[in-house]
Amino acid sequence: MADQFNKGMARNIYYGGGVFFFLLLVGLTLDTLRVLPERDHRENITEEVAHGKELWENNNCIGCHTLMGEGAYFAPELANVYDRYGQGNEEAFKAFLQSWMSIQPLGVEGRRQMPQFNLSTDEVDALAAFLIWTSRVNDNDWPPNIQG
Amino acid sequence: MKFSSQAVAKPYFIFAMILFAGQLLFGGILGLQYVIGDFLFPYLPFNVARMVHTNLLIVWLLFAFMGASYYLVPEEADTELHSPLLARILFWVFAAAGVATILGYLFVPYARLAEITYNELLPTMGREFLEQPTITKIGIVIVALGFVYNVGMTVLKGRKTVINMVLITGLIGLAVFFLFSFYNPSNLVLDKYFWWWTVHLWVEGVWELILGAILAFTLIKVTGVDREVIEKWLYVIIGMALISGLIGMGHHYFWIGPGEYWLWLGSIFSAIEPIPFFMMVVFAFKMVRERRHEHGNSIAVTWALGTAVMGFLGAGVWGFIHTLAPVNYFTHGSQITAAHGHLAFFGAYVMISLTIISYAMPIMRGRPQGNSLQAQKVERFSFWAMCIGMMGITLALTVAGAYQVALQRIPGDAEALSFMATQDKLMPIYWVRMGFGVLFIGGVVAYFTSFFVGGKLPEAVKIES
Repeated sequence: MADQFNKGMARNIYYGGGVFFFLLLVGLTLDTLRVLPERDHRENITEEVAHGKELWENNNCIGCHTLMGEGAYFAPELANVYDRYGQGNEEAFKAFLQSWMSIQPLGVEGRRQMPQFNLSTDEVDALAAFLIWTSRVNDNDWPPNIQG
Repeated sequence: MKFSSQAVAKPYFIFAMILFAGQLLFGGILGLQYVIGDFLFPYLPFNVARMVHTNLLIVWLLFAFMGASYYLVPEEADTELHSPLLARILFWVFAAAGVATILGYLFVPYARLAEITYNELLPTMGREFLEQPTITKIGIVIVALGFVYNVGMTVLKGRKTVINMVLITGLIGLAVFFLFSFYNPSNLVLDKYFWWWTVHLWVEGVWELILGAILAFTLIKVTGVDREVIEKWLYVIIGMALISGLIGMGHHYFWIGPGEYWLWLGSIFSAIEPIPFFMMVVFAFKMVRERRHEHGNSIAVTWALGTAVMGFLGAGVWGFIHTLAPVNYFTHGSQITAAHGHLAFFGAYVMISLTIISYAMPIMRGRPQGNSLQAQKVERFSFWAMCIGMMGITLALTVAGAYQVALQRIPGDAEALSFMATQDKLMPIYWVRMGFGVLFIGGVVAYFTSFFVGGKLPEAVKIES
């Protein structure tokens, strides 16, 4: 680098740039936290939804599936699974999920298998409630289609 | 080696390499599960194998970063390490906690693991990369604090070089941003938002400071170029990394709840993220071209150059191809993401670890100018096998991802193929990926072998200018 560009200037880019953009990130985060309640419809996080999230975590579902596109890429996206299989009917979706969870693993030779998690009826309902809540978060209209 | 206390780095490097071998074993199993869906089911479900694969990576990189710090900080500070004993104790604590956690993943069902570690008291488990039981996370914090204290005291009592200051900033950042892993509210959107404060601010933030410091240290040693020149480059590169990467976090906020301005901010700033990586390539090649001596450890020079190039490709180029919001709308969470993840982690963080190990291990074994030429030849083969293997894996996953997007994402609701039907179509490409995976594993086997190859040791040559 040219001589007129000295180490002091380089240091200022690092410390100045780092501090400035970190503060900007904090500011943007505060703004985001202000508007998030409208987008994440947190008023609908019932005890059942919260319990569903716990079950989601305690069974490491993210180790195969994606949720809002994040996770592993081995099994289908589930943030829109309610849109895919629920046809807008919460009860129908819960019934679907009950039977789907109960028949795992499918045991088709050579096919990817989902373990049997031995969840109770209430637990599967809670998981369904969590996935229904997730499907209604304003996520800028992702994914592009029903298949996720 | 200037100070005897630098040798505490040795067990850290050796253990890192053992965990690296474990990571590959599970990587191979995962690759096979992609093509033979029920491989090892139900004994080792995919989610468990993946958790072991990614957690081993994180833990061994931390071991390598710690080893690198213990090695280079005393030398830079021109003083002995504050407490070699603390470093040795923390090694065993971290190793025991790491091994216990991995064994827990493998032999206890995850839900049971959550139960016996009292996850309900402070639920932090079951989130990607942060699957560790809360008690392990607390252990990581304790180890990190002890480590930062030890290294920090050494920096304070000695010469405060730019490399040491940048490294310690990165290490403090690493410890601080890990604390966000303890925040896990019932609101998934908030959970995800701050999950990235650990994950993104590590790999696209403070880890880049650590990477830059280790690379700069190695380049000073192997090229003999004036410290002033190297330090100026280091400042600008990591400055650009933070300027682009901090707001660049927006590229993770496109589709998980935050507002629409992140589509713009994330796209614009992350489009700048390749620049510091490109500068790193220019920097590394320029320093090697202007070298003052021909270091006997020429393979360490190769690793340093390779880190810059592969880091630029993986983090820079493969990051850029799917970072603009209109593109990411279709590629988010597809095999393109997996392609980028593999090449970026390998190119930037695995390779910088192998660089410092390649440079420092021979010195700690009494070979100041590197291993014998025969050993370096084997290591050079391993370098190319790993780089070509990982490039092949990445290209295969990129093709798979593009095809996946074409079949599953771009068509409308009526025509789009389902996820599972799409995966069936990608099967031949996953086999190609597996083939390059075998090449990569071969490279790592050669790498380990090179540690045991003897022969006549090389000598340094001074370049007359």
